[in-house]
Amino acid sequence: MAKPKVALYWCASCGGCEEAVVDLAEDILKVVDAVDIILWPVAMDFKYKDIEAMPDKSILVSFINGSVRNSEQEHIVKLLRQKSQLVVAFGACAHLGGIPGLANVANRKEIFETAYKLTHTTVNPNNVYPQPVTEIPQGKLTLPEFYDTVKSLDQTIDVDYYLPGCAPPPDLIMKGVLTLLSGNLPPKGTVIASEKSLCETCPRNKTKPDKMVIKEIKRIHEVIADPEKCFLAEGIICVGPATRGGCGERCINANIPCRGCFGPTKEVIDQGAKFLSALASIIDANTEEEAKKITEQIIDPIGLFYMYSLPTSILRRKQGV
Amino acid sequence: MYKEITIDPITRLEGHGKIDIFLDDAGNVAHACLQIPELRGYERFAIGRLAEEMPRITETICGVCPTAHHMCSTKALDDLYGVEPPPAARKIREFQYNTFMFEDHNLHFYFLGGPDFIVGPDAPAGQRNVLGVIAKVGLEIGKKVIDIRKRTRNIIQTLGGRVVHPVNGLPGGVSKGITKEQQEEWKKIAEDAVEFAKFTLKAFDDIVLKNKAYVDLIVGDIYKHKTYYMGLVDDNNRVNFYDGWIRVVDPDGKEFAKFKVRDYLNHIAEGVESWTYIKFPYLKNVGWKGFVDGKDSGVYRVAPLGRLNASDGMATPIAQEHYEKFYATLGGKPVHNTLATHWARVIEAMQAAEKMVELINDPEIVDPKIRNMDFKTPKVGIGVIEAPRGTLYHHYETDEKGRLTKANLIVATVNNSAAINMSIEKAARNLIKNGVVNDGLLNMIEMAFRAYDPCFACATHNLPGQVPIEINIHNKDGEVIRTIKN
Repeated sequence: MAKPKVALYWCASCGGCEEAVVDLAEDILKVVDAVDIILWPVAMDFKYKDIEAMPDKSILVSFINGSVRNSEQEHIVKLLRQKSQLVVAFGACAHLGGIPGLANVANRKEIFETAYKLTHTTVNPNNVYPQPVTEIPQGKLTLPEFYDTVKSLDQTIDVDYYLPGCAPPPDLIMKGVLTLLSGNLPPKGTVIASEKSLCETCPRNKTKPDKMVIKEIKRIHEVIADPEKCFLAEGIICVGPATRGGCGERCINANIPCRGCFGPTKEVIDQGAKFLSALASIIDANTEEEAKKITEQIIDPIGLFYMYSLPTSILRRKQGV
Repeated sequence: MYKEITIDPITRLEGHGKIDIFLDDAGNVAHACLQIPELRGYERFAIGRLAEEMPRITETICGVCPTAHHMCSTKALDDLYGVEPPPAARKIREFQYNTFMFEDHNLHFYFLGGPDFIVGPDAPAGQRNVLGVIAKVGLEIGKKVIDIRKRTRNIIQTLGGRVVHPVNGLPGGVSKGITKEQQEEWKKIAEDAVEFAKFTLKAFDDIVLKNKAYVDLIVGDIYKHKTYYMGLVDDNNRVNFYDGWIRVVDPDGKEFAKFKVRDYLNHIAEGVESWTYIKFPYLKNVGWKGFVDGKDSGVYRVAPLGRLNASDGMATPIAQEHYEKFYATLGGKPVHNTLATHWARVIEAMQAAEKMVELINDPEIVDPKIRNMDFKTPKVGIGVIEAPRGTLYHHYETDEKGRLTKANLIVATVNNSAAINMSIEKAARNLIKNGVVNDGLLNMIEMAFRAYDPCFACATHNLPGQVPIEINIHNKDGEVIRTIKN
């Protein structure tokens, strides 16, 4: 019997998800044994037109990482959707928009101006900007269109499952692959990770006081965090309460708080708003003025609470641009 | 009327790269260029973010060299807050960084660059990959490569929390120290890394240097460009990956500039072209003269060959022996042959391994004092580091609360962007004559850019590690008359 066909593809991403696949080490041989990889741009001699020639739904599953930032990426993910039975959003960028999704604080014009005009080393007296088509004496050169907005994968195509993380840990990748190959499919939309929040499995949870109160918010470089104690109880922003578990508490083990790369838990639509509400409930202030004084210590809520999820939040992007 | 040849996709710089070649009526190359079709805009969305979060934000520029961005960003924060990390923190960072350099250089050699030599530049395309390497050198060695990768990456994971996108860098230090137990365990890994680097250098010697055809290819004209070179050096002008002086030598090998990172704006500028999203840095004091070689052109090169050319030697003894042999074999300094980058890379892997041993054996590395929090009011912070693919600059400006108001990033591969374009064009001009295009073109062009280990070759570490290329040859009416694939 023919082995199931699997595709791996990236959009706007950093290559970290690809590294995580290679970090499967010996386990990757099990995967290669069990499936027929028909598309893996960095590794295999694939061509887009080979995919175009395949019958619809002939790929069992496409693992797609990276957010959708330009016309070429949009075209390929739509093609893969058409050819695949299942699509998995692989990693934080495909799942939530990821850190590159923070670009939604600006629009294309501002991004171009910054990159090609305003940065310190750029010399551009003639205001040259990259163009979709450039005429040269010998012909034309074309570039994909850079979109105004960064999108998560499910804002562009229908997505069946999600493998979270920046990047997803190898054990979770293996679990996801085995689950899909088993044929015993979880409900559509499942995020293949824990159903609980990070706090529930955090090794520091036991030090969390019964009634958590904070009077002062501290920044990570301003304190020496006790490696045993709950970050929030110490007044250090940790997005753990609004974040899904399953990452292995990797950042916390390095004595650095969570920034939420696994995204929100199941019932939550907006990770940042969820965190904000959790934070509001523990701020210890008796007067409005006191509360204001404490919350003013949060200088960049977009960057801290939506570090990985701005494109999928209810805010989505800067408005009026 | 020109014929157009498009190679798309080659592979990526955070997405894709595309090569366009135009032939004139006689079938010779009229124009060739590499287009980078993607931009993500970090310099814009950094604005408003908290400085201390930047090591975590900017490292997602690249998941293959996140440790380079993380460390460079952390160093920019040291500068921003005017703090010097305590000795233990500095040593932990350098140990982590050298471990990363060792791991990354090996990956390039065994998975991407090396196959051209180990298996052979004209071997069937299906064998020019890591599986072909294993077939040639044996499964036992293949396992050795996987094993050393795993063990060195585990060190980075333990120190950095995540191996893809570590998190332990803070201004003035690191978030976690090294225990005595870890020190003992890692001493062994460091020693094994040196042994592995010796093995790699010997393999390079046996397979490449003892084969005249390969040496001819390295020293031949197809892959030669006379440019300036840039790299970080210590006070004695020896190669340093983590810190030091930025030194630039001219095409004759004479020192052209030597400066601290705070002065980089006096030395580097970048130009913009409409046909690609990547910018083209050049030496400001020479000026941009286009995609040309020579002393009058401000084009410079970075990465292993750039670093060796810009230095007077290596910082560790075994690497130094090989440095001397490198220049003795290739006819003295500087070496202008792009393919020699592969040799320079394995010499650097040795320095990284020797540095690992030196640092992990230092009793001070387990000192619990790992933070200096004597912060000054932030204003401007500039950091530099040698990423595997070249000199990396992070420059932040903030308000008094440490919130970014401006950022400038010159990413390693970008420094080489003009030179990579020139290398592709030269290889194409040398290969395509009178309209004759053959399959050899593909690998010749791949080799022209692969030597740089450009970041669009995140392919370095994947099975089978081959860059997929398709060339479409168009007739004057734009119809595809022939397709070549590797």
